[in-house]
Amino acid sequence: MNNRPRVIVITGSRKGIGRFLTEHYLESGDIVVGCSRSKTDLEHDKYTHFILDVSDEIAVKRMVSSVRKLFSTIDILINNAGMASMNHFLLTPKATVEKLFSTNFTGTFLFSREVAKLMSKKKKGKIVNFSTVAVPLNLEGEAVYAASKSAVVSLTKILAKEVGEMGITVNAVGPTPVYTDLIKTVPKNKIGELLNQQAIKRLGTFEDVLNVIEFFINPKSEFITGQVVYLGGVS
Amino acid sequence: MSRGANKLVMQVLGDFLNEENIVFDGKLTEETRLFGGDGMLTSIQLVMFITSLEEEIEDEWDVMLTLADEKAMSRRVSPFSSIKYLADYIEEKINEYE
Repeated sequence: MNNRPRVIVITGSRKGIGRFLTEHYLESGDIVVGCSRSKTDLEHDKYTHFILDVSDEIAVKRMVSSVRKLFSTIDILINNAGMASMNHFLLTPKATVEKLFSTNFTGTFLFSREVAKLMSKKKKGKIVNFSTVAVPLNLEGEAVYAASKSAVVSLTKILAKEVGEMGITVNAVGPTPVYTDLIKTVPKNKIGELLNQQAIKRLGTFEDVLNVIEFFINPKSEFITGQVVYLGGVS
Repeated sequence: MSRGANKLVMQVLGDFLNEENIVFDGKLTEETRLFGGDGMLTSIQLVMFITSLEEEIEDEWDVMLTLADEKAMSRRVSPFSSIKYLADYIEEKINEYE
């Protein structure tokens, strides 16, 4: 049996869910490589941090190349880096559209592409993407955010087919609102309206998200791919 | 100036065929067809071979190339059709890169 630690890449690892997942896997004895647009205060002998914009193709290629040279493999990729924006579409600037699609979609695309190249050599790997319940709920005020995450859902389902024969699974988790920076500016009544559309009417927790990720990356889940699991009973 | 892309393509292809247990009856030459017509590789094998090649180019020459770019796709003769065309294309891309 292979007892080497797993190598896990987590984007957007400086704060929020990304930070929680990073600390969780470090505590589990895994090697974690993270990235964010700014410096992290996380220090751990099994943690390596890269400062980059996930939509910068050259920077992403360089990071994955460095990981390959350091650890020769990547077992798991968690495409967590994301950005949200809430606004009526009539008032949404083009710059917001570009920013959201760059981070949410292009970032997921670039990391998946570069990491899957490496995983394909070992004929093994797990990619987990992030969608949101805003996609199936078609939430007003979240047209651009939901559209960018819909793109992630399509990407997830198609990549699953394209890399399935390479031993790589690609799935997505669709969290409900969780207390993070992403929703801190959203008015309380809006969050309440959203929760009312869920089967289980509460905010999500980091543990809820972790639970779905754990299922996707479990070695026994090798037959699970192209799936999107929404939390809170949203479908 | 030639970097010897021909040799590199042959070497990576040889290793790839071995690793993937792809049987090729004959000797690899510049004219060997890679893809299309009676090419030796299926589309998925070509994808994986190009990936290995990009990695080897980076390790050997410290150059990060994306070989399957729009330019490659729009050529009348695909750079991926034979070893020679592919090697020539790599040399061209490296010259541009530098």
